[in-house]
Amino acid sequence: MKSRMRNLYLIPYGMWMALFVVVPILLVGYYSLFDIDGRLTIANYQRFFSPIYLGMALRSFWYALLITSVSLLIAYPTAYLLTKTRHKQLWLLLIILPSWMNLLLKTYAFIGILGTYGPINAVLGAIGMGPRQILFTDFSFIFVAVYIFIPFMILPIFSALEELNPSLVAAAYDLGASPWVTFRRVVFPLTLSGVKAGCQAVFIPALSLFMITRLIAGNRVITLGTAIEQHFLVTQDWGMGSALAIFLVIAMGLTIILTESGKQVK
Amino acid sequence: MKKVIQMFVAVFLAAFLCIYATARLNTFHGYSGKDILTVYNWGDYLDPELIAAFEEEAGMKVIYETFESNEAMLTKIAHGGNAFDVVIPSDYAINKMKEQGLLIPLDHSLLPNLKYIDPRFLGLPFDEGNQYSVPYFWGTLGIIYNPEMLDGRHLNSWHDLWDESLANEVLLVDSAREVIGIGLDRLGYSLNDTDLDHLHEAQQKLFELVPNVKAIVGDEIKMLLANEEASVGLVWSGDAALIIDENPKLNYVIPVEGTNVWFDNMVIPATAKNVEGAHMFINFLLDPENAAQNTEYVGYSTPNAAALEYLPEETTSDQRFYPDPEITDRLELYENLGKRMLAYYNELFLEFKMHRK
Repeated sequence: MKSRMRNLYLIPYGMWMALFVVVPILLVGYYSLFDIDGRLTIANYQRFFSPIYLGMALRSFWYALLITSVSLLIAYPTAYLLTKTRHKQLWLLLIILPSWMNLLLKTYAFIGILGTYGPINAVLGAIGMGPRQILFTDFSFIFVAVYIFIPFMILPIFSALEELNPSLVAAAYDLGASPWVTFRRVVFPLTLSGVKAGCQAVFIPALSLFMITRLIAGNRVITLGTAIEQHFLVTQDWGMGSALAIFLVIAMGLTIILTESGKQVK
Repeated sequence: MKKVIQMFVAVFLAAFLCIYATARLNTFHGYSGKDILTVYNWGDYLDPELIAAFEEEAGMKVIYETFESNEAMLTKIAHGGNAFDVVIPSDYAINKMKEQGLLIPLDHSLLPNLKYIDPRFLGLPFDEGNQYSVPYFWGTLGIIYNPEMLDGRHLNSWHDLWDESLANEVLLVDSAREVIGIGLDRLGYSLNDTDLDHLHEAQQKLFELVPNVKAIVGDEIKMLLANEEASVGLVWSGDAALIIDENPKLNYVIPVEGTNVWFDNMVIPATAKNVEGAHMFINFLLDPENAAQNTEYVGYSTPNAAALEYLPEETTSDQRFYPDPEITDRLELYENLGKRMLAYYNELFLEFKMHRK
């Protein structure tokens, strides 16, 4: 009786998953099998392996990797310091607060901040180092992307650190471990799940970034996300756009499998 | 469990309140199905005061929705499920919509103000006899530059963009036909060229331009140029007028090699619900005084000959924005090249974007 009730509860959930997760992915897969004239073909997948799309894919990976690494480098110490502060909730709120603001608005603000006549260049000019071009460079792209994604890296690491039992750290010190060894052998392995969750939350959306590639990088950075947008909105080559999307789905699936595999070893 | 139920009830209550409030607001205005006119237009491309004036005059409620590109607009209309009454696409898009049967013919007897349009802009190749469309604004594609940032230098041709002194100074619009078009014009080919060798040659030529390109951007090009973020830009004349309005130091030029001339036009899509209202609206915008007011607001060039009299002399005699027929005759309209060719143009453009300095 009870299990039947539970199955009943599962119906809306199952329908939701089917309608909004399974069906769309199948549809994308279906569309990817048609060329621009509506003929059934696998040419879209062959085209993916041409230098232009392969290069684009490699570049997307490279930038997503950079964004994730930089986010992690900044987020881990930040999360660690956060656990040590007195008003944790307030600091946490301050970190989350910017993500309440519209993404497009924040990106537009950065055009002004990083511009030739923006405040950063004013400071650089005052110390005799500027003005120099910041907007439309790789640096500005990584910088803004990290700014946007970093809350998603800090939060899981923060909760992992919070759950860490302090007596374990105390025990490590008692047994003569140096702070570095304690971190490497005790703290980091125990918070690895948070790091993995954070990396997934940053790497996966970073792979398909578009918009800021145009606004901040001036299309000097071309990712698969840009190409998908173009195929759907401009060329109306839905087949190729879908094929690229399928590759992204596969890449994301691989990312999750790779980051999860460590768990079983443990 | 009790808490969960309480929460559900709260959420549902809030949702119903919102629905009730919107319904209430709509009836408060006293509009129902037939009195609504939905206009689908480019962003900020119509004086809101005119919308208010039309609502008053015709007793209709106007819903104004916007699109960012002809392609986005086409996708939405072709998919149906919406009821736009008046849409304002560009020339080649009208050709496509005609082919796909997405438009209904205009009833000229309901558009007496059509007589004010300069005959030069009627019966254009994309819609001969203006069966489906009425010109709204027109213009060219050209170069905007800041002489002050270029030590007083003046540009007048596409050729100038390749000059070494412009290293990292040029902003381009993120649009395949426009950018590939520069290459084609530079080599003396047609903007509607479909010869693959010619297109490749144009792309090679454009690769040489890469060191001069600072960024390839969208609508924000206006802000960037007005703020002197770069000294040279590839823009449509209408945008150029807006930029110059904000920063008078800049100058616009129609390149000597030739370029694209474009028309945005009012059409009625086949899915329109309020065809009569749509005709009224088009006729309203064709009225010379209204057209002049709209031109002042939008800043693009009006094809309405009678409206020119209501505009300041310095505007209408400006050869940059109201070039003589001798100049426009040399320019080219984009033709609808078909999906496959457009995809090819875009692929070439994508390669251009990926080409590193």
